[in-house]
Amino acid sequence: MTPLPVSIASAVASFLLLVVVFELIRSRRLRERYALLWLLTGGVLLALSVWRDGLNTIAGWFGVQTYPPAILGAIGALFILVVLLHYSTVISRLSDQNTILAQRLALLEQQQREGVTESPR
Amino acid sequence: MAELVEVPAPPHDAVLGQIAELRRIAIVPALNEEETVGRVIDELRAFDPGFDIVVVDDGSTDRTAGIAADRGAHVLRLPFNLGIGGAVQTGYRFAFEHGYDIAVQVDGDGQHDPTQLPAILAPVVAGQADLCVGSRFASGSGYQSSFTRRLGIRLFALVVSAVVRQKVTDTTSGFRAVNRKGIALFAADYPHDYPEVEATIMCVKHKLRLLEVPVEMRERGGGASSITALRSIYYMTKVLLAIFVGLFRRYAVPLEKEHRR
Repeated sequence: MTPLPVSIASAVASFLLLVVVFELIRSRRLRERYALLWLLTGGVLLALSVWRDGLNTIAGWFGVQTYPPAILGAIGALFILVVLLHYSTVISRLSDQNTILAQRLALLEQQQREGVTESPR
Repeated sequence: MAELVEVPAPPHDAVLGQIAELRRIAIVPALNEEETVGRVIDELRAFDPGFDIVVVDDGSTDRTAGIAADRGAHVLRLPFNLGIGGAVQTGYRFAFEHGYDIAVQVDGDGQHDPTQLPAILAPVVAGQADLCVGSRFASGSGYQSSFTRRLGIRLFALVVSAVVRQKVTDTTSGFRAVNRKGIALFAADYPHDYPEVEATIMCVKHKLRLLEVPVEMRERGGGASSITALRSIYYMTKVLLAIFVGLFRRYAVPLEKEHRR
């Protein structure tokens, strides 16, 4: 069985995560698009902290008999992996776009320097 | 607050006369619309040759930009796809920087019929509204979109109507007219995905007067809609989240932004 203090601590921590993410969106420092995964992480962890029987059941599925909260850590780690992977794709897209911007800028500068008015098609 | 205007559209010539003195621009967002963008430009010219036209090409891989430029429209080619929100805002930035008094937004896919513009323009020109949106559901005729999309649009309409305390029937309509106030607001701040929903709320929160008028829309002339089934669910979650968080945001009235010009 999950010790009560562990449940309380993880419930408080995941609730804090939700509050911080909410505040970041509200103050426009985090876009909704990138907040969804964090909210899902916080939501799932909060649900499993509060719903202690559920956590025990899930622990049972994986043969974890002695210490069910280990599942909380595992699920947390899984979500962090997903968030990181998501960010890797975001960074890849940003760096592609950055390349395109730099190339466009170089072309524009050349046109401006050489006084080309009609852009070639 | 303003309700749906049920009066028939004012006569074409009356509205054209009223806007003759205004600097006016049509913003046409287009993504791979080579089949339709030319016709949209022609129809806009036929409606009123006094409209400047700016086509915002949101990273098309076809001849959209070339066709638009050949017909004498201003073309803003985005270096990569920004999504409809970023593309539309580019158009409003252009309108703001160049000091236009009034702007209409007409999709490049041909689903908006420029001959219906008098209905949308009239309340803005008459000073009854800062933003006037053409709703395809207010009239109940013309092209109504697929069942699932209608369902989503209906849901948004309910949520948005509750938030702005005013009846809104078509929150996803990109067929609209704004005055200088609206241009300034959209140039300064514009939402990203499915932006019309949030933009509607944003307008009301900034104390801009919103009005919806019935219009008939056509089925898209060509190309493919950028919204697929799975993405709709993602977008709906995201937009509902944005609306929810937005309830807790305080908005400053941005009308003083004019000095940035």
